[in-house]
Amino acid sequence: MIPELGNYSLMLALALAFVQATLPIAGSFNGNARWMALGRTTAAGQFAFVTIALGCLIHAFVTNDFSLTYVASNSNSNLPVYYRVAGSWGGHEGSLLLWVWMLAMWTFAVAALSRQLPDETVARVLGTMGLISIGFLLFMLFTSNPFERLLPAAPDGRDLNPLLQDFGMIIHPPLLYMGYVGFSVAFAFAIAALMGGQLDAAWARWSRPWTTVAWVFLTLGIFMGSFWAYYELGWGGWWFWDAVENASFMPWLVGTALIHSLAVTEKRGSFKNWTVLLAIIAFSLSLLGTFLVRSGVLTSVHAFATDPERGLFILIFLAIAIGGSLTLYAWRAPSVGIGGRFALVSRESMLLVNNVLLLVAAGTVLLGTLYPLFLDALGLGKISVGPPYFDSVFVPLMVPVLLLMAIGPFARWKESLVTDLARKVRWVALGVVIVAAGLAVALSPSPMAALGILLALWILAATASHAVERVMHGPKGTPLLRRIASQPRSYWAMIIAHAGVGIFVVGVTMVKSFETANEVAMRPGDSTSAGGYAFRFTDLREVKGPNYIAARGTFEVTKDGKPVSILHPEKRLYTVQQMPMTEAAIDRNFTHDLYVSLGEATAQDTWVVRVQYKPFVGWIWGGCIIMSLGGFLAAADRRYRVALKKRSETTEAPTAGAATVKAAAVKAV
Amino acid sequence: MKTRHKRLVLIGLGLATLGLATWLVLSAFQKNMVFFFTPTQVMQGEAPQGRSFRIGGMVEMGSIQRQPDGVTVRFVVTDNAQKLPATYKGILPDLFKEGKGVVAQGRLDANNNFIAEEVLAKHDENYMPPEAAYAMEQGHKARQGALAQNGNAPKEAK
Repeated sequence: MIPELGNYSLMLALALAFVQATLPIAGSFNGNARWMALGRTTAAGQFAFVTIALGCLIHAFVTNDFSLTYVASNSNSNLPVYYRVAGSWGGHEGSLLLWVWMLAMWTFAVAALSRQLPDETVARVLGTMGLISIGFLLFMLFTSNPFERLLPAAPDGRDLNPLLQDFGMIIHPPLLYMGYVGFSVAFAFAIAALMGGQLDAAWARWSRPWTTVAWVFLTLGIFMGSFWAYYELGWGGWWFWDAVENASFMPWLVGTALIHSLAVTEKRGSFKNWTVLLAIIAFSLSLLGTFLVRSGVLTSVHAFATDPERGLFILIFLAIAIGGSLTLYAWRAPSVGIGGRFALVSRESMLLVNNVLLLVAAGTVLLGTLYPLFLDALGLGKISVGPPYFDSVFVPLMVPVLLLMAIGPFARWKESLVTDLARKVRWVALGVVIVAAGLAVALSPSPMAALGILLALWILAATASHAVERVMHGPKGTPLLRRIASQPRSYWAMIIAHAGVGIFVVGVTMVKSFETANEVAMRPGDSTSAGGYAFRFTDLREVKGPNYIAARGTFEVTKDGKPVSILHPEKRLYTVQQMPMTEAAIDRNFTHDLYVSLGEATAQDTWVVRVQYKPFVGWIWGGCIIMSLGGFLAAADRRYRVALKKRSETTEAPTAGAATVKAAAVKAV
Repeated sequence: MKTRHKRLVLIGLGLATLGLATWLVLSAFQKNMVFFFTPTQVMQGEAPQGRSFRIGGMVEMGSIQRQPDGVTVRFVVTDNAQKLPATYKGILPDLFKEGKGVVAQGRLDANNNFIAEEVLAKHDENYMPPEAAYAMEQGHKARQGALAQNGNAPKEAK
């Protein structure tokens, strides 16, 4: 009964989506206020019904309703209840429902928080989101319905894939999807602007916080995926350039470009066309990513038993969504205009270079990800493109990005003098070169390691010096804390996010250059070493979990004879699927991780063991979290609320925009 | 600087970036593209010598042998038409098993032994990597072809 309720709710949501996608947009063109107002009501209704549907599915999982095909193939009565809840999005059908629910939630949030926007804009934004919703609901109801019944009902479920039975499963998909779907708001704002042919600084200010929040979630989602893979897969790898990782990374790269280009559009009214195009591309890549993951065309960590028959629907949907929006762009973009002028050396031009490089980088990732698929689809042979391709293309493109990232904030809007820029950064540059040279002599690293360290130091030092200069510049006699607080939140957001990138670069460089691993056959009593640490295999015993049995080893780690830690790696056998799993043991430290995983038993009491020393690996994720914090702070900037209130009093947006630009210009000086 | 000059410089910079990116992509593709071969193709000498490539198929039943060092493993990859001996040093993925699909990347040594540098993990007991499935299909076709020929030959003799 309850699953039918869920199914029925989805149908009602679809009906509402049809209304939401048509009448408000039509109303925005013929000035029918009632039709436009329908946008908000239907958005709320859709959110309510999709929430009911998701609730019904979670209910089916919690109560072990194995009469549903989806529950029977993704859960088991022995599964702990929190994994059963997470199991709701553990397979294709449920993850789609989660996607649709997130979309409904974002739509509802836009409807609720857009009181100060013109009615036409709201109607068009909500209408566009309704169109996306139609596509997904149709796809779910016709090809992948999670509420499909299984007759006769299964006595018990096939269990959630053991790899997914982890805390990561509870939060990684929701975070990632929040990010993917969040870009639909930026997309809808862009489409609405194209429909109206009007795009100004006020428009940029409305869509900016939404885009930033989506970017934050995507960053956190990718971070969580990487963090999870690191401890769960038992290899100690944190990024594999796997097609599905790329699928989430491409929207991130374009999204990063988008939040920077939105800054220009808001502050200076420039890059308008470009910003709209980036919003379209970012969301198109999100759609592509969503579908690549479960369409069954990829050999990947995420390609669990999948069903390729949905491919056609997906292709049609992608063609309509991406093709349609690009056609609209080609038709309407000229009316949007390019916007203000700027000199060759200016903050605008720096951000333009950032945009171009990020977009080109996303393009190379796209090529490396899709090219093998195209060749295969055309029957031209099976090839694969591995990490070496991505490393050798991506790294050279990122070097100028990282170099310029530190200088960009020093440049002024509109026009900046090269001599002026050089004067501002010379001491930092000199200091960084000296320190890097000192480190190079002390550690004698590879050229790549030296370059990485140099870039990281450069970003951190230049960003810090910018902040120090800004704070010291204030009126004399003000207490330090007040000076810090007097800077807008978005300023600190930028400083923090850029520092996060620097920290991330430290982590990547150190772990790539100085990690050591050792694979040996060991029996209790044997010792091995990695990175100057000695690992002694002291004991092995059998333990029993709720739905698995495991061999559990004990390793005593020492350095120079002093005890450091005791690690307990496990080899589990999940009984329902008879699937073995490596559960690595990690000793996490500020400057390094010690990582032990059990391979397989080769003979009586002898195991293949992999021990690893991974310097600064935690900084990779620390950097991601700091970047996200920066993003949150940026979205929380006061001006989005204050300026929006002002905007509702004045009728003409460009004047308000120009005033802000002037104010910003004064501040920047 | 005039607007026209400025625009030229910007366009020039953009083209230079694109050119650099294209060059990077092409050279990286050339160096790092990894082709796929079935065991039959490898045994027929179609696979490159001294360059990394991928193979796929099934791990032959009873073929896994652990070497005395405890870390090196020998096994045989088959598409049911041909058998390709392979060696791997290190920890194998959890779902690497005899009678199951496998995809590995590596190169041939002087004795036509496949030295795997990487055995690709799969993450679901029921999941068959597309490459492995493809190899089995090709192997099946090859065997059928061979059977048909062998079957016809005696008939013609009569």
